[in-house]
Amino acid sequence: MNTVTGTGALARLALRRDRTMIAIWVYALTAFVAFTVYGFKKLYPTTAGLNEFIAAAAHNPALLSLYGPLYGNSLGSLTAWRDAALGGIGTGLMSIFIVIRHTRADEETGRLELVGSAVVGRHAALVSALLVACGANIGIGVLMAAAAIALGLPAAGSIAMAAGFAGCGLAFTGVAAVTAQLAQTARSARGLAIGLLGVAFLLRAVGDSAGPGGPRWLSWLSPMGWAELDRAFGPIRWWVLALPVVTVAALATGAALLAVRRDYDAGLLPQRPGPARGAASLGTPLALAWRLQRASLLAWTSGALVWGIVIGSAAKGIGGLLGSEQVKRIMIKLGGQTGLTDAYIAAILSFSGLIAAGYAISVVLRLRSEETSERADPVLATSVSRTAWGLSHLSVAAAGTILILCVAGLGTGLGLTLRSVGGGSVIASNVLAGLAQAPAALVIAGLAALLYGLAPRASAAGSWTVLGVVVLMLFLGATIQLSHWVLDVSPFTHLPKLPGGAVSAVPFVWLSLIAVALAAAGLAGLRRRDIG
Amino acid sequence: MTAAIDIAGLRKSYGKTVALDGLDLTVTQGEVHGFLGPNGAGKTTTIRILLGLLRADGGTARLLGGDPWTEATGLHRRLAYVPGDVSLWPNFTGGEVIDLLGRLRGGLDAGRRSSLLERFELDPTIKARAYSKGNRQKVALIAALASDVELLLLDEPTAGLDPLMEASFRTCIEDERQRGRTVLLSSHILSEVEALCDRVTIIRLGRAVESGSLADLRHLTRTSISAELAGPPDGLDQLPGVHALDVEGNRVTCEVDTDKLDGLLRRLSAAGVSSLTSQPPTLEELFLRHYAGDGPAAGSPARDSGGVPA
Repeated sequence: MNTVTGTGALARLALRRDRTMIAIWVYALTAFVAFTVYGFKKLYPTTAGLNEFIAAAAHNPALLSLYGPLYGNSLGSLTAWRDAALGGIGTGLMSIFIVIRHTRADEETGRLELVGSAVVGRHAALVSALLVACGANIGIGVLMAAAAIALGLPAAGSIAMAAGFAGCGLAFTGVAAVTAQLAQTARSARGLAIGLLGVAFLLRAVGDSAGPGGPRWLSWLSPMGWAELDRAFGPIRWWVLALPVVTVAALATGAALLAVRRDYDAGLLPQRPGPARGAASLGTPLALAWRLQRASLLAWTSGALVWGIVIGSAAKGIGGLLGSEQVKRIMIKLGGQTGLTDAYIAAILSFSGLIAAGYAISVVLRLRSEETSERADPVLATSVSRTAWGLSHLSVAAAGTILILCVAGLGTGLGLTLRSVGGGSVIASNVLAGLAQAPAALVIAGLAALLYGLAPRASAAGSWTVLGVVVLMLFLGATIQLSHWVLDVSPFTHLPKLPGGAVSAVPFVWLSLIAVALAAAGLAGLRRRDIG
Repeated sequence: MTAAIDIAGLRKSYGKTVALDGLDLTVTQGEVHGFLGPNGAGKTTTIRILLGLLRADGGTARLLGGDPWTEATGLHRRLAYVPGDVSLWPNFTGGEVIDLLGRLRGGLDAGRRSSLLERFELDPTIKARAYSKGNRQKVALIAALASDVELLLLDEPTAGLDPLMEASFRTCIEDERQRGRTVLLSSHILSEVEALCDRVTIIRLGRAVESGSLADLRHLTRTSISAELAGPPDGLDQLPGVHALDVEGNRVTCEVDTDKLDGLLRRLSAAGVSSLTSQPPTLEELFLRHYAGDGPAAGSPARDSGGVPA
């Protein structure tokens, strides 16, 4: 028996377990690109209009940091440019979820132990997870290229663009394989890998917005940068596509080497003994929820701060640099206001709102994982009521979301100030603008709580699907000119564009009330149903 | 004295699967009650209904005089629960979990906590992820036993313990009985139930098939007799309550309903007994009879454990 015996069987098992999830990722990301092509075709039917927009966008540092540089002046280059960030994040997240799910998560639950006692080699689980994740990325690449070609984009460019996105997924397949060895729980392995995905985004954002003489080389350190540095639809650099392949091979080898140096179900980071007594404060459901969630909140908050500072400092002098009507128009479509700096910040902060909603969902769904892992039973068998238990995690979700958004706004304000366009009042208005995103993010959290209370089995898939749809609406809604009836479904549509926009209390009040009502309905459902 | 647990006609289904099909169960205050049944018989479902985690479809359940569904929070102050498969937060130490669960229940006795830690030889500074199944179970047991409660609901609490720790567990339950606490002990370990329990309920396919004191239950079952006689016996097959009779010359083996034992012995002594072995019915036998599900007509079950020579 060699170390990869049984890989085929395990890969088939993984495909069987993940067939729906992988299919959704593949089709959603393909549809995302297809809709972008279609939308730009409608938005800029003439070459002149397209050229005007491209000329303006190609020199705007804020747009550059958000989406990366624009290579070429065709519909294809515009598509590749517009979708680079989200496409890379999408394939990266998918790969991280697949790899962790079939390695560390299975190890943590003990499923892998059962499998490992059969005729299965030491590396079989890792290799099968890598194969499945790589296969999913290749599937995305093939379908996406086919869709782009079918919509009339040049074949070579379409293939280079799709391969770039798939390559980002490949690189993060390797990253997740390594974090699965380092961390001891699936939760922290996933968190570590997603954190590195954020770092990749920021490296690219800083590198791409840097002027001549600035640290442009930073983009070369980021797998997300590679997805655009292959210059699909420009003079294509095919060799860049070798970078993710080399990366995944190197990281997978590294993960296999790490795996033989540790025991089953152990991480590489050592375990230390802890306190023999619980702290005096550890005696309420809220204290328990806080203890379970604090590490992730700390990570998200630090991430939000760094993200804000980087994005804020990239906004230097946008207003004066380019006043093109086209840029203004596109920024307004992205969610901004007329003043270009404000418009840029508003667009960034609405993106932060979506990220915070993702945090809120993950906190609410902790209730579900506590329930399915049977850790909820002993707690609910004490004098803690279901309402108090549910409310404890929902409180952390609400407070954490608000904190993350304030910190993202604070970071943006600090970033602006660092580049000497800000000051105390700018920082304050950015914090408030960040906070203004909270009601919409909390509506999404409330929806997750409602699903958890009424349809617990569907709560994870349902909540993330809702967020996915809202993200696509924000990114694609204006481009494909969705009717406002559709756009109005998203709570984020109702927020004023801050900073810079007119503020009315009405949407905040409504959204907050809806969030509270949804959460209350969820708690009422939780009180009435069976646990487990 | 009121019943600590009073369940009548309890029903619960998961979709088409019937977990409880009219279960009756009464546990009087101050007794240690054994709750026996094969896997999937409905023991855990019963306990989860008593904890208010599941809602019954029909029938009634009363716990410490209250409704386990509507009055859960108040009742939970007066009881402690140990699940069969203890799952803990991986980043918490055992000591933290014990204190947390104790405080959530309304406080725990520091003195008992430390003596239990000693008795079960548990290191409270280790993170839960590093504990074995048995050690996780000890954490839950200590958290439950160190609380000042009236009722203990224990769902196969010793499944992961080694024999030494199981002995400690028995001592603890004996102490609880002395204190006058009520215990519902779901278990598969028959020797444990025989040693600890005042009364036993056997459940099968969601119904109680047998309930009573061990003495009562023994009475319902058969004693094995094997005898060497002076001469060939006469008319044994005519006696009521005699089963599986095997006569080989002067040697007789058979089983007899325990309440018909007297008649058989008279007939045997009439033939002149030179040696006699009788084995009282064990709980295991009773158990196997119900597990097999065929009632008294089932063949003679194995007696290789738990048998006591008379």
